[in-house]
Amino acid sequence: MDSLITHSPALIVALPLLAAFAIPLINRAGPRVRDIFNLVIFGFVAFFVAILAVDVYSVGIHVYTFGATAAELALPGGYTVPVRIMFEVDGMSIFMGIIITTVTLASLIYSLQFLKGRTGQARFYSLMMLLYAGMMGLAFTGDMFNLFVFLEIASIAGAGLAAYRTNMADAVEGGFKYIVISAVSALLVLFAIGILYAQYNVLSIAALANYMQYTTLDMMALGLLGGAFVMKLAGVPLHMWAPDTYTVAPAGTTPMILAASYTAMYALYRMTFSLYGGHIDTTAIGWIVIIIGVLSMFIGVMMAVHQTDIKRMMAYHAISQGGYMLLGLGVGLAVIADPVALANYGRDAMNGGIFHIINHVFYKALLFMTAEAIFFRIGTRDTNKMGGLARNMKWTTAFYIIGALAISGIPPLNGFASKLLIYESVLRFNPVLSVIAMFVSLVTLASFAKVFYSAFTGPPMPAYKEVREVPKSMIIGMSILAVLIIFFGIFPGLIVDTIVAPATDALINQASYINAVMGAVP
Amino acid sequence: MMEHIPLNFPFLAAALLAGVAFYIIIFKRNLIKLIMGIALLASAVNLFLVALGYRAGGNAPIYTDVPPGPMVLPVPQALTLTSIVINVAVLALMLTMVVHIYRHTGDIDSKKSRRLKG
Repeated sequence: MDSLITHSPALIVALPLLAAFAIPLINRAGPRVRDIFNLVIFGFVAFFVAILAVDVYSVGIHVYTFGATAAELALPGGYTVPVRIMFEVDGMSIFMGIIITTVTLASLIYSLQFLKGRTGQARFYSLMMLLYAGMMGLAFTGDMFNLFVFLEIASIAGAGLAAYRTNMADAVEGGFKYIVISAVSALLVLFAIGILYAQYNVLSIAALANYMQYTTLDMMALGLLGGAFVMKLAGVPLHMWAPDTYTVAPAGTTPMILAASYTAMYALYRMTFSLYGGHIDTTAIGWIVIIIGVLSMFIGVMMAVHQTDIKRMMAYHAISQGGYMLLGLGVGLAVIADPVALANYGRDAMNGGIFHIINHVFYKALLFMTAEAIFFRIGTRDTNKMGGLARNMKWTTAFYIIGALAISGIPPLNGFASKLLIYESVLRFNPVLSVIAMFVSLVTLASFAKVFYSAFTGPPMPAYKEVREVPKSMIIGMSILAVLIIFFGIFPGLIVDTIVAPATDALINQASYINAVMGAVP
Repeated sequence: MMEHIPLNFPFLAAALLAGVAFYIIIFKRNLIKLIMGIALLASAVNLFLVALGYRAGGNAPIYTDVPPGPMVLPVPQALTLTSIVINVAVLALMLTMVVHIYRHTGDIDSKKSRRLKG
């Protein structure tokens, strides 16, 4: 058991990576065997994530060095800098890991019957596993170059999945936009890595943070990294790809591509807090993050209101909700140098921002799945052509209501818990920002209510008389998320204490991130 | 002064390539040209990585029968190789997608293939 825990970070990435390439072979034994294989492999991976999470929360940062005599040995004898590739899993990494794993599990189950009868299923599951491995690697990696590699793995797999339905012209366009944005942002990241390597001759994030001088070149690197990750996480003004890509991706994968965006957000936080923390002008950078957040919130929701494509509307809301997370973290970053303000409201703001990531991924994943369930049955995403669906699709309607209420911040659902944390703490930082956040939430409610009335209520439409409820696996996939949404809404304190607060501490406490690798080296 | 110019020259070339690449990516409407822009950007980054690992008069970083003198940094070369491989995959994927877009719309002009708007 001990050795399983020690090696779990490597296994979490290696297993799905191997499975991705084994799936086309196993597919020859029949789709049923392949589906069982997928679920078994993913069950193992989820088990490893669980034991790793317990380890990280009880023991502390988990460092895994590839090829070392002992996996914990970050610095070989006689070396003062880490030379090996390593994973460094702290509270924030495992928090992302939990999000990604849960969403992938729900997506996998949802896809089982969603894909029935379509071509290219084996490749679909291959890409899904690849995307999962890429995201987990990105969350766990402790060095800059693997950050780039995993970013690219996730991007390629994500674009392939977004363009999966190549019979639809818009699907290919959405996938193409995603790969272009991803390729450009990944190359910017690589440029920044080159700049950092040229100065410090190390690639480990902890070692770089340890030697950071914050020269002009470092500022350039920070600018490149920031721009690249804001582009990947669809922050306004670099959000234009997100509606297209989220809209066209097949249902099971839209939540995963959404999670991939927030993995990029995680990378942004890792850079600003762990790599550059202590050197940058936190107030200025914090305000930049806040402004991007507020712009995303406001412009996202304003673009969402008049959409008639149900998934496109949800995609704009995803941009808007991303703004809340940036707002919370930005406030935390802006006051991180001031211990009193940090203790008073900064930590709460960060808790809110981080808590909102997991909440948003769950309810938005659920909403995307309900939208695709409608598309699955009636073949259109246009809300004007829907009507009276609540009669025939009871489960889908219930899940839509749960998701819509959660995103609008209605108690007792999880969106309320994290939004309340953000409102309260941001109010003490700057009341105007809090008012904007509440206003955006109101507009969100209005726009989801509008879609609810036009799609689910109203007289039965003759064209949809024969519409039935979606198959069981899709309902199970959605209900996993719905149960979690309700559970998080009823016990927000428990969730904040067990998984959110360690993530916040991991970001604030830069020294422990460095020391986990650099040890006693000054 | 003069002896520094050849050493700095690759960095200038990389910056120039990146500038051209960004111009193409932002302003060109032809999707194939857009892909060429991304390929150029990839080359710029690769050139930058190799150039920063170079030491004037250095040897190849192979430890058998090594002649005396400085050695070229091996890590950036490893990074460059990885990056080239990844970029081949990305470019191939982009080109297949353009083929699909062309099949659907009969055009590779990004202005005309905008079904997704607003």
